[in-house]
Amino acid sequence: MSLTQADVRRIARLARLQVNDTEVAEVEQKLNGIFGLIEQLKAIDTEGVEPMSHARDVALRLREDVATETNRRAAFQAVAPAVEDGLYLVPKVIE
Amino acid sequence: MTYTLKQAADLLAAGKTSAVELASDYLARIEAAQGALNAFITVDRELTLAMARKADASRAAGNAGLLTGVPIAHKDIFCAEGWKTTCGSKMLEHFVSPYDAGVVERCTAAGLVTLGRTNMDEFAMGSSNENSAYGAVRNPWDRDAVPGGSSGGSAAAVAARLAPAATATDTGGSIRQPAAFCGVTGLKPTYGVVSRYGMVAYASSLDQGGPIAQTAEDCALMLNVMAGHDVRDSTSLEMAKEDYSRDLNQPLKGLRIGMPREYFGAGLAADVAAAIESALAEYRKLGAEVVEISLPRTELAIPAYYVIAPAEASSNLSRFDGVRYGHRSQNYEAYFEEHNKEAKEEKEKVTLLEAMYETSRAEGFGWEVKRRILTGAYVLSHGYYDAYYLKAQKVRRLLSEDFQAGFGQCDLIAAPAAPTVAWNLGEKGDDPIAMYLADIYTLGVNLAGLPGIAHPVGFGANGRPVGLQLIGNYFSEARLLNAAHQFQQATDWHTRAPAL
Repeated sequence: MSLTQADVRRIARLARLQVNDTEVAEVEQKLNGIFGLIEQLKAIDTEGVEPMSHARDVALRLREDVATETNRRAAFQAVAPAVEDGLYLVPKVIE
Repeated sequence: MTYTLKQAADLLAAGKTSAVELASDYLARIEAAQGALNAFITVDRELTLAMARKADASRAAGNAGLLTGVPIAHKDIFCAEGWKTTCGSKMLEHFVSPYDAGVVERCTAAGLVTLGRTNMDEFAMGSSNENSAYGAVRNPWDRDAVPGGSSGGSAAAVAARLAPAATATDTGGSIRQPAAFCGVTGLKPTYGVVSRYGMVAYASSLDQGGPIAQTAEDCALMLNVMAGHDVRDSTSLEMAKEDYSRDLNQPLKGLRIGMPREYFGAGLAADVAAAIESALAEYRKLGAEVVEISLPRTELAIPAYYVIAPAEASSNLSRFDGVRYGHRSQNYEAYFEEHNKEAKEEKEKVTLLEAMYETSRAEGFGWEVKRRILTGAYVLSHGYYDAYYLKAQKVRRLLSEDFQAGFGQCDLIAAPAAPTVAWNLGEKGDDPIAMYLADIYTLGVNLAGLPGIAHPVGFGANGRPVGLQLIGNYFSEARLLNAAHQFQQATDWHTRAPAL
């Protein structure tokens, strides 16, 4: 398979990553190189093999449903690009 | 004077030096070497000296532990309260962490003093440290060479004796390969042994923290501090506290070391092969038996890794949205206007918020990070998930089964850490494939979740270090450290230091 520039633009939108017109050709070429490498997997017989999502097959733990974190809003918001009255500011989303 | 971790601890215990004196000496060395090596992203003398004074005070009060007052460096991937934590990225250029990672918490509780934050490939994606937004690190053995990556700053710092030890992380070889390239010792523990809490996530099912130091003994001491269950990391293993130095002095008689023939074939540089042959001869002299084994699907580690890691990365890095932390673009309104003016169809248009996400991420991330995000987004996208991601996870199981079959015939597996010694800065240019192929000997360990250690075993034809990698079965860290320690008792490669 081979990715087209339209594919690159589509994935970039999915990934919320601006790729401009001067960059798209090089990205396309590099990604096709990477997919050329990945394609090797297709030839491997994996019939009946269970996917391995995790290095160690461990069950997720459940914890007691109690609050363990203290309120550190001011400290966490100190690293935000824009906050006001304890709220995160984003560009206008509702017209 | 520079010390191993153990030597520094002994001097402090004997009252022959203080934490402040050690920290000041190392800060001076770091400052002197920074221009040549660029091993650190952040140094903060006041923060360091405050920690050192606190360590001296607790020693004076009779509360010192084994490592109280010993200075170390942290890879800039571990969040540390009050320290800039950039992860090698412009995205986090101004991010001062409001909390400590589990590893940092443990190191601080043990009284270790932070000398600074080491340079790294952006978000730990890279094998040469050239992907750092803060400039490449140079190999202390040869400044024209890369130090390896992604923990290049940690390995270079330990090699140049700018810190007795450093924390690091390994997702596809990022501890073992730079340790090998810089002639130092690095241990990647079994997945789940070291907490990932507060360690900026790259590929969560593969990421694992570990130490880089001059000696295996120091790695054991560091792992004793770093390892342990952490409820804040859902994949942290609940296991009894271990003393990883307990077996250091065991003789190696009867140890079976497997040599996978696939790791010693075409593609392995002759000088690396020769140094590894000599090291295995040394292991035989120490009583080990070397047997040939097979890991038949080794080559598939590359494609499996470069599907799984980018997939997890694209998900993990979605948190960098320019809202809660990290870079926010100032140019999104212009992009919004221009993009929507050119859009031919309604569905191509972006909202102002989307424009902010897209431009912030485009400006904050470097190209290798962007490529992995895009690759990951593609393999996880509708219609491709089964063909790529699920397929890669099945191959991952096959690779893991190969290792288990191998461990039926041996206790530890010996392998090169990389096909060559450190390459020249800029040599692989901006060619991701050339870089990915060089990861062939380290990726399988992460996919299977096994522990591995790299330790120096000599030098290549051009005087650059060669490292041997030993791979163990799950939870065999003490055994790996034992083997490397016995080797280091009989040889002196680990004591060689580059001229600065």
